[in-house]
Amino acid sequence: MSHSRPLTPWWLTAPAFLLFTCLLLVPLLLTAVLSFNAYDPVTGVKAGEFTLEHYAHVFTDDYYYGIFWRTFWISGLVTLICIAVGAPEAYILSRMGKPWRSILLLVVLAPLLVSVVVRAFGWSLLLGPEGLVNGCLKLIGLQPVRMLYTEIAVVVALVHVMLPFMVIPVWTSLQKLDHGVENAALSLGASPFTTLRRIVLPQVLPGILSGSLIVFGLAASAFAIPGLLGGRRLKMVATVVYDEYLHELNWPLGAAIALILLVANLVVMLSYNRLLEGRYKKSLV
Amino acid sequence: MSFLQLSNVTKFYGSTCAVSAMNLTVEKGEFVSLLGPSGCGKTTTLQMVAGFEAVSSGRITLDGRDITEAKANTRGLGIVFQTYALFPHMSVADNVSFGLEMRKMHKTERSERVKQALALVHLEAHASRYPRELSGGQRQRVALARALVIEPPVLLLDEPLSNLDAKLREEMQFELRKIQRKVGTTTVMVTHDQSEAMSISDRVVVMEAGCATQIDHPHQVYEHPRTRFISTFVGKANLLTGQVLATGAQFRVKLGHVEVAVDDVGFRHGAMVLLSVRPEKMQLCETGQGRLDGMVRERFFLGSQWLFAVTTELGELTVLCPNDGRPALEEGHAVGIDWPTHCTRLLPADEVALTPLVSA
Repeated sequence: MSHSRPLTPWWLTAPAFLLFTCLLLVPLLLTAVLSFNAYDPVTGVKAGEFTLEHYAHVFTDDYYYGIFWRTFWISGLVTLICIAVGAPEAYILSRMGKPWRSILLLVVLAPLLVSVVVRAFGWSLLLGPEGLVNGCLKLIGLQPVRMLYTEIAVVVALVHVMLPFMVIPVWTSLQKLDHGVENAALSLGASPFTTLRRIVLPQVLPGILSGSLIVFGLAASAFAIPGLLGGRRLKMVATVVYDEYLHELNWPLGAAIALILLVANLVVMLSYNRLLEGRYKKSLV
Repeated sequence: MSFLQLSNVTKFYGSTCAVSAMNLTVEKGEFVSLLGPSGCGKTTTLQMVAGFEAVSSGRITLDGRDITEAKANTRGLGIVFQTYALFPHMSVADNVSFGLEMRKMHKTERSERVKQALALVHLEAHASRYPRELSGGQRQRVALARALVIEPPVLLLDEPLSNLDAKLREEMQFELRKIQRKVGTTTVMVTHDQSEAMSISDRVVVMEAGCATQIDHPHQVYEHPRTRFISTFVGKANLLTGQVLATGAQFRVKLGHVEVAVDDVGFRHGAMVLLSVRPEKMQLCETGQGRLDGMVRERFFLGSQWLFAVTTELGELTVLCPNDGRPALEEGHAVGIDWPTHCTRLLPADEVALTPLVSA
């Protein structure tokens, strides 16, 4: 037995390892190889011929800078709104009584249960020129606002679906919080707001941190919502990649953009993680 | 006017009464324990004093000020929680400093006070540690320092020692008392551990089902329990049902076929009573020499004492004998049981007990 023992962990991790290799590492590697392949508009991808041309193309064209910039500010804004809405929401939920807590938690999770296409068309009904929101604006005597096919629609719809990814990690870290700690702060003369800011917030920060990473990562690579609510002209990186692959048929350029998005996303998330985690590493495990 | 006063304090949760018309006065510098089994309302009482639970009716006054409706963060009381409730993201010094910071104290004075408070609980060396790096006893002392540093008029302790292991608990009991004597803070402690309550408090409030049934000095509570519940909850007691027989100035209690002499304790002739004798007040002797005869059914060695379960015609009695080095009686041995007359206590027979009760 003592001989076979070191092998057990390998056997146990084999299915997951196989899954990741086949479905993530191999396609990623193929994409990376593809992004260096030379491309000819007439004959298509030239296998075996490698070039840095696609990367040079992306890095020298302002058009792509604009799209990357838009993707990241929209993702950043979505993350900020999710923190501002989701963290208090999780706190309030965690303080609620028995039946309401589960019911409202289900409401928070509801967007995940609805198909993305249905959800997006729902928003386009609400935000369209003749939609419910503009109808209400008209009723109170205001000018209708163009929302559909603008950044507003994309941000609103992304916040809607990303909120659970913020609420759940914050909720989890709130579960670990000892409510006596809040009473202790109150007994020492802290106001409820100070208690929240000095005592509760620092303890749920790891939850907010992981929530932000998930939300930012998912928002930056979101495809369906920008595609359906941003329209043809308001492009984000994922929709550009889609266009390059399926409309322009320039697969290597699409692959290059996808890889740049992956790297940029990693850089943003890792530095954010370092920045916040470094400050609280000492006190929170 | 006493320092902390609870008058007719009542707490309802819906229609359940958790605390009913509680009256308690605590003098300045006094150490009072609320003692009772779980669910007796002792913690609720403390929570109401702390301001974490609203008072349904009644009033709480502190130093002449009515604090019944005051917010918890304006009462200025020092509280040590059962779970310690230390701020996990702050160092020990920051934990202790928090209350002073809330009082807008200047930084230099603050660090001086923190240093003093940590010295009081012997934790100067751990000021920069985080709570999770400390042992249970150390956390407990941080919680105490944090509560004391703000110089509260009243210190509230919610089962402060219940999370510590037995040996540490005993040490901390005396440490707690020593610190309280040194600082002189009026202290109210909640506990379910009778020995803890007895050993460190000036007065003990025994609570039972939301009511304070006896408020007395620890010695008095132990020697003169007012109810059957107290006599068995605080220490152990042998309880025997009997009937008072009075002949002139002589009182006796008839227990089955046996009659035993008792002191005059204000019961009429013929009254049904519970006769209570603490196990350590009983002695084993030769058969026929004591008040009762019986047989050792079982014996337990407790280190400093022997505990005997003796079967008698009145049922089983518990007798505690000091381990004085002599060989203890074997199981199955016939013995007599005796006790001094002044050690018997009579309680009204509120509940009819057919067999003698021995409860811990």
